[in-house]
Amino acid sequence: MQHLIVVWNASPYIFGGSCVTVGIVVLALALGLMLGVPLALAQVYGGVLARRCAGLYVWFFRGVPILVQLFLFYFGLFSSLDLPINAFFSSCIVLGLTSAAYQSQIFRGAILSLPSGQFKAGRALGMSDACSVRCIILPQALRLSLPGWANEFSILLKDSAICFVLGTQEIMARTHFVASRTHEHLALFMLAGLLYFLITLAGLTLLRRLENALSTPGYAAGGTGAQ
Amino acid sequence: MMETPVLCIENITLTLGGRKILDQVCLDIQRGELKVLIGPSGAGKSSLLQCINHLVRPDSGIIRLEGEKLDAANTRALCSFRTHVGMIFQDFNLFDHLSAEENVAIALRKVRGFPRRAALDRALEELGRVGLARYAALYPAQLSGGQKQRVAIARALAMDPKVILLDEPTSALDPELVGEVLAVIRELAKAGMTMLMATHQMDFARALANEILFMEHGVIVERGTPEELLRPDAVTRTRDFCAKLVV
Ligand SMILES: Nc1ncnc2c1ncn2[C@@H]1O[C@H](COP(=O)(O)OP(=O)(O)O)[C@@H](O)[C@H]1O
Ligand SMILES: [Mg+2]
Repeated sequence: MQHLIVVWNASPYIFGGSCVTVGIVVLALALGLMLGVPLALAQVYGGVLARRCAGLYVWFFRGVPILVQLFLFYFGLFSSLDLPINAFFSSCIVLGLTSAAYQSQIFRGAILSLPSGQFKAGRALGMSDACSVRCIILPQALRLSLPGWANEFSILLKDSAICFVLGTQEIMARTHFVASRTHEHLALFMLAGLLYFLITLAGLTLLRRLENALSTPGYAAGGTGAQ
Repeated sequence: MMETPVLCIENITLTLGGRKILDQVCLDIQRGELKVLIGPSGAGKSSLLQCINHLVRPDSGIIRLEGEKLDAANTRALCSFRTHVGMIFQDFNLFDHLSAEENVAIALRKVRGFPRRAALDRALEELGRVGLARYAALYPAQLSGGQKQRVAIARALAMDPKVILLDEPTSALDPELVGEVLAVIRELAKAGMTMLMATHQMDFARALANEILFMEHGVIVERGTPEELLRPDAVTRTRDFCAKLVV
């Protein structure tokens, strides 16, 4: 009974953390998307220099643990440059930059999986290469990327828990705070786990809907193969 | 005096991986002519057609459209050249994420700057020309091979090309679908469209070609009217090749 009362009293506070968690994930995914697409394009279509730079970026952000990056950016880079970026936005930026590296690999794979004839057909109609990429390649590649992107969402959501080390007031930080005071770790962290699970479920359902809404008629769900 | 050819190709040479794929190929096409490229698989027909609009960059050679030399180093000039040279691929290459109508309309919008409405109207008109107005809303995956190729033809026609290059437009089709595509091409030929077509459809070539070009190992080894190359007593590579096709 005692446990339930503690959980009941703490739950509004912890639920509030979900909003912060969702905020981090949405902003990080958006940043990852905005950087991931140009990174993927640079890797597929870029010259030697562009490919090198993109490769270096991906290598760095895939190679360095997120925990190290959080400290590096928040306590290191941002504070030494006197940038007034709080813990929440630092979390978004670090997770977003990392996600960009992974997302670029998803997009790159999708672009490379398109038949080369698609690009050729665009060119043959007099489209500039930029136009072929924008109007022909990306709309198809992004659709193909959605399943991988959904995967990236669920990974990012779980990675966001680590942002509590900066004091970002998300689910993990709030649960940890209450638990260290009440010593009801088991019940409280079960609640936290349940919250992560529910957010994952909601997000994946939403993305699945999006995938269906955007799928090209005549293709099997998931839209990978031509007939 | 001869009219300026619509398309004139001089000494196109292409080397890939150290191998000569095309060797000093020359040809020209007058307005309203249909020239047919034949030859065994691997002869370089696709390579030649793709070199003409620089989808594959030839090592050397000159390409003229209505007498005007193509400057392929100039991107704008190259894009503009390509809008005037239609291309039909063996495997259609329709844009899989767009409906038939949008497939035809997209280049009108993005290249020719048509407003969306006008582009779709024009697309419907072109689809009507190839007998597919009813299929405008369907996506490539919902169309048969023959229908896909006809959409591809409509897509090329919508750009008002001066010449159309067709790379074995019926080779990827089930036999019963070949006829509908050839019928569309036949109509185009009758309407005076200038075309260069690689094909193995010898009956079609015999009936409609102004000239047959027989290609082997990257060289045009024979050229002449269908009567010259295919009459029963002719001793030509072309006739040899056709005899093998029939078997
Ligand atoms: N990217 C490439 N690299 C090297 N060789 C190629 C390449 N593409 C085509 N080829 C070779 O060029 C020759 C001509 O091919 P192609 O133009 O497709 O012939 P066709 O269309 O007449 O069958 C073939 O021998 C083929 O192996
Ligand atoms: Mg070929």
